[in-house]
Amino acid sequence: MASAGSVILTLAFLATVLAAVAALLGRGGDERWLLTSRRAVYVACGLLTLCVVLIERAFLGDDFSLNIVQQHSSIETPTFYKLAAMWSSQEGSLLLWAWVLSIAASLALYSTRNRLREIVPYATAVMAGVGAFFTGLMLLAGGVNPFASTPSPVPLDGVGLNPLLQHPSMMIHPPMLYSGYVAFTIPFAFAIGALVTRRLDASWIRATRRFALIAWAFLGLGLLLGARWSYTELGWGGYWAWDPVENAALMPWLIGTAFLHSIMVQEKRGMLKVWNACLIVATFSLALLGTFLVRSGVLQSIHAFGDSTVGPYILGLIAVVLVGSTALIVSRLDDLRSPKRIDSLASREAVFVVNNLLLIGICATIFWGTFFPLISELFTGTKSSLAAPWFDRYTTPLAVLLVLFTGIGPLLAWRRVSWTTARRVFVVPALSALATGAVLALFTDAAQSPWALALFTFAAFALVGIGQEFWRGAAARRSLAGGSMPAALVGLVSRNRRRYGGYIVHVGVAVLLIGIAASSSFQTKRDVVLRPGESATVDGRKVTYVRPTARVDKLAFTAGAVLRVRDGGDAFTLHPTRRFYRPTGGPSSGDISSYFGGESDSEIGLRAGAGSDFWTAEQPKITGVQRDARKADAFLKRCIGGAPGVPPQCQALGLLMRTAAANPALRPTALAKIEQVQLGTARRIAAGYVAEATPATFRVIVDPLATWIWIGGLIALSGALIALWPARRARRVPARDAELEALKEAKYREIRDAELDHAAGKLSDEDYALLDAELRREAVEILDRGLDLEQDDRVDDEEDREEDRRPVEVALDHRAAAEGAAPAADAESDLAG
Amino acid sequence: MDPQRKRKIRLVVALSAAVLLAAALVYTSFSASSEAKEPSQLLSAAPGASYDMTGRVVRGSVRRNGDSLRFRVVDRDGGSESLPVTYSGTVPDPFRGGREIVLTGEVENGVFVGEPDTLVTKCPSKFTTSSDG
Repeated sequence: MASAGSVILTLAFLATVLAAVAALLGRGGDERWLLTSRRAVYVACGLLTLCVVLIERAFLGDDFSLNIVQQHSSIETPTFYKLAAMWSSQEGSLLLWAWVLSIAASLALYSTRNRLREIVPYATAVMAGVGAFFTGLMLLAGGVNPFASTPSPVPLDGVGLNPLLQHPSMMIHPPMLYSGYVAFTIPFAFAIGALVTRRLDASWIRATRRFALIAWAFLGLGLLLGARWSYTELGWGGYWAWDPVENAALMPWLIGTAFLHSIMVQEKRGMLKVWNACLIVATFSLALLGTFLVRSGVLQSIHAFGDSTVGPYILGLIAVVLVGSTALIVSRLDDLRSPKRIDSLASREAVFVVNNLLLIGICATIFWGTFFPLISELFTGTKSSLAAPWFDRYTTPLAVLLVLFTGIGPLLAWRRVSWTTARRVFVVPALSALATGAVLALFTDAAQSPWALALFTFAAFALVGIGQEFWRGAAARRSLAGGSMPAALVGLVSRNRRRYGGYIVHVGVAVLLIGIAASSSFQTKRDVVLRPGESATVDGRKVTYVRPTARVDKLAFTAGAVLRVRDGGDAFTLHPTRRFYRPTGGPSSGDISSYFGGESDSEIGLRAGAGSDFWTAEQPKITGVQRDARKADAFLKRCIGGAPGVPPQCQALGLLMRTAAANPALRPTALAKIEQVQLGTARRIAAGYVAEATPATFRVIVDPLATWIWIGGLIALSGALIALWPARRARRVPARDAELEALKEAKYREIRDAELDHAAGKLSDEDYALLDAELRREAVEILDRGLDLEQDDRVDDEEDREEDRRPVEVALDHRAAAEGAAPAADAESDLAG
Repeated sequence: MDPQRKRKIRLVVALSAAVLLAAALVYTSFSASSEAKEPSQLLSAAPGASYDMTGRVVRGSVRRNGDSLRFRVVDRDGGSESLPVTYSGTVPDPFRGGREIVLTGEVENGVFVGEPDTLVTKCPSKFTTSSDG
């Protein structure tokens, strides 16, 4: 099986190479080469899927002849984690990278099969090139082939998956992060294609915007799950530590956020082309850097990743990407210049630029802090590192400003806003924010932390502003289309998924930041030592250590506590525990002390509430238990050895052991007997621990609003889903007109947007008149181009063309009016690609 | 004001903000960081200075003494000289003999005294080439 797998992997590698070469050969438009390259990508995707299936089957079937299975799984590993064990290994995670990339590339190529003729060959070459790099890495780098076999004889059991990793979110956290990293390859590849062919309008953005959004959502979800795992599993009570590996995933997410905003400016206004190209190159490079960091051992991290052979190769790829892209952008600067300028600072695009700068500021700060050990080594010769307070000092003010501008952006219309209009839309959110700030400052102790207070105020501004957007939009739609208010709201969101989905993301992020600000600024954390029966008061809540608990099974010794918490009139019980795992897989020493020679992890006792989380973890004092275990081990040894003065049962046990030593057939029976005796003894020791009433250390944290971090994250995710949700099937158009059609639809949408903004009171009459005239002029230009094409081609498809054959001005008026009243079903057809 | 001039002013403002941030980052990072040292370097370190010690806990050297923890550490890539450490405060779940740790503290009379709650134990998680778990 190992060799079959290697062959399939090699074939996948060859398919990616073929795809890249064929795409480049077909760059002139040779249909056969292009088809070959696209099919080669699909084939590579199929082959890599087969590899993943083979590996997963080996995990499920405990095939320890494969090194990856032997090292990361064992017979005892629960099935659920056998499936997840693949990506806990270096080679498995590389396979995951390549596999997800092949899926994303196939989807991208399928959705653009009739579009972007010039760009696609180069984009294919880039995607296939990156795919070839990662598949080739597994085959050639040495030590990272997922199909490497274990030296014979084949071991009977595996080492097992680290119990710390056996948490439900470990099943989804790494694939989410990888999918996020990987999916950014697609917009990057198309950007490179656009740069090479100098097709620098927004068509590459329209074709890949979805992939960027999917990547962003996956990466965000991955970060959220990692934070949640840290909060519930690691027993320290935090969710973020500014650890290099966390930072490595946060940086591409931040730049990706900036990219998602600034591409809207390019789509609508044709500006910021250089900026967008730079952002996507930076995002992709940072994603590669994240992949590199976890495998290089360059930086000290809580995540101890061993040095491995693949680090230098990935570093090489990053260098190629950075140098190549920079050279490409510089050589295309003339084509990237936009004749348009930002008209006014009071416009949505201007605020987007400010938000972009803030996001980049945050990212630059994190980058500097993360790589500071290397920087300081360069200048001072010693590796010095920066701790969380340093990161907080800079990211906090930048994040607070970001929230303010996140609030301002949606309130402004594109292009320009007159001050009278601005006043009208700003008055309610601004007053609500001031009221919120004042109430918080006067009636709570929020003022103790000025940054937190500022964040709450600005978040209130942003949330009320978005609420007002929904309200006014729905009212405007109702006046245009009639119907009830809820129906108008649903209609509004479903017809403008991108805009209102985006607003929902904003709501989620604002809620998440409120949670972070409150829980980090107003947290109460105490470590208390209690004996059973004793109580302590933490932040007005009385915690009583009712009784200890202990449980033993073959795998772990679990010591826990029953805690009774009284919070005013509310009383509840928590049950934090700590599990001590026996090492699995290796040559087990087999004694009772081995329970305390392996990993241990915490199961926290958590009472989540809308107001605050009550979080507890126990650190039981097990010195007594360990002493008893050592004593029991010593006794068992003497017992089996038949030392004088041992009880009569020992005679039988000793005899069994001596016979087994001579007769291998009896060994399983003897081992089972010993195990049974040990388990019984361990249970007695556990009972002794419970009876003894040993003191234990409890970490108790009262975390205000912490639950809202997770709720905010989920809201943001649902917003992203709404923005991603495909519109109903777009009108079928001949392949060659697809791009023009997309352009036309984008312009129609812009006209409708302006109309909606006007109806919602965000644009004054004269601004609207100006803007509308301008947009219509641009739309007419596009339609003219369409007519030219049509005359050249003499397309017979009468029905489809009818609309466009009318005098353009009339057609446009008719169309826009019809869609204003009841926006057409294919409103977002440009998103379908 | 003509638009050309306006744009220039905006650019200058943005650039100065960036330069200010960069200068602040550079300036504060050198003073806020603490030096990372390996145990072998700390054996002869001057008392009184605060260090970030990164090292590997010697297997079987961990002793609990009331609330405090005593153990010995060696350099990450091994080495024969070990440094005694005392520490009190929260102990992360993955802490045990053989693990890599980072601890902030000072050297007093040849013993590294860790500051409470600064013990970081590395996740033995993924991609470790050797199976020290």
